[in-house]
Amino acid sequence: MRARVTVMLKDGVLDPQGEAVRHALHGLGHDGVHGVRQGKVIELELDAPDADAARVAVAGMCEALLVNTVIETYRIEIDGAA
Amino acid sequence: MKAAVVTFPGSNCDRDLAVAFRAAGFDVLPAWHKDTALPAGVDVVGIPGGFSFGDYLRCGAIAARAPVMAAVAAHAARGGAVLGICNGFQVLCEAGLLPGALMRNAGLRFVCRTVPLRVETADSPFTAGWGAGQRIALPIAHHDGNYRIDDAGLAALAAEGRIALRYLDNPNGSAGDVAGVLSANRRVMGLMPHPERAVDPAQGGTDGAALFAALAGALLAA
Repeated sequence: MRARVTVMLKDGVLDPQGEAVRHALHGLGHDGVHGVRQGKVIELELDAPDADAARVAVAGMCEALLVNTVIETYRIEIDGAA
Repeated sequence: MKAAVVTFPGSNCDRDLAVAFRAAGFDVLPAWHKDTALPAGVDVVGIPGGFSFGDYLRCGAIAARAPVMAAVAAHAARGGAVLGICNGFQVLCEAGLLPGALMRNAGLRFVCRTVPLRVETADSPFTAGWGAGQRIALPIAHHDGNYRIDDAGLAALAAEGRIALRYLDNPNGSAGDVAGVLSANRRVMGLMPHPERAVDPAQGGTDGAALFAALAGALLAA
């Protein structure tokens, strides 16, 4: 089974890299861009009996290692699950 | 007096830290990231600077889950002293032994220079050799030293006198100009500046020596 974790900085935490990307886009003439937030995507291939079990397992991995919940939030998608 | 210095893959200040501990009178024992126990009789654990595990995932994140860190956490829970410098500070935050997190410098650049700092409290085994309000200068060298904590957390740290050092000219965007913090029991300290790079006149400054001397004095008295 494949899971995809999207990790973003929390709202309110200044994202210096996103800001740099925004400035670069403005430099290319994309003045309509008001904000850029840069995060990361982590894809996992894992064994799990079903999507719900995979989601529970991946949530545990997020809390244990993949995400620093002091500054980041995450969203889990399981391939094939609604 | 015994100090353990932990080495992770990618640590690069472990030898400098050992030299600074030794100069203050400590016997220094190495600890490897895969160790499940610290050397017997250790009084203080040093987590050095560097780029543990290549800074993969987040700075300090993988090191914080290394086997040796369970032993470090147990040492801290017993009231043992722990000093985390630069990457070591990041590791201690990731391990939950200190509050907050360190993220990319607000200016995005790696910053490598000696910076002025104000000592906010002398009430800890690490800062007792300085005076509260004293101005000191220590080198910094980091890309991810931007200290983040929510407003309530920052206010609590200030109220409890747990902000050890503040930047006088904030080089990285840190909340509250915070350069170093203490645990609730004041026995765990993390800081981004490098006191071990300021213990000998040949290094260009000696303001860091007071930290190691104070630690030696406090542990000897205990």
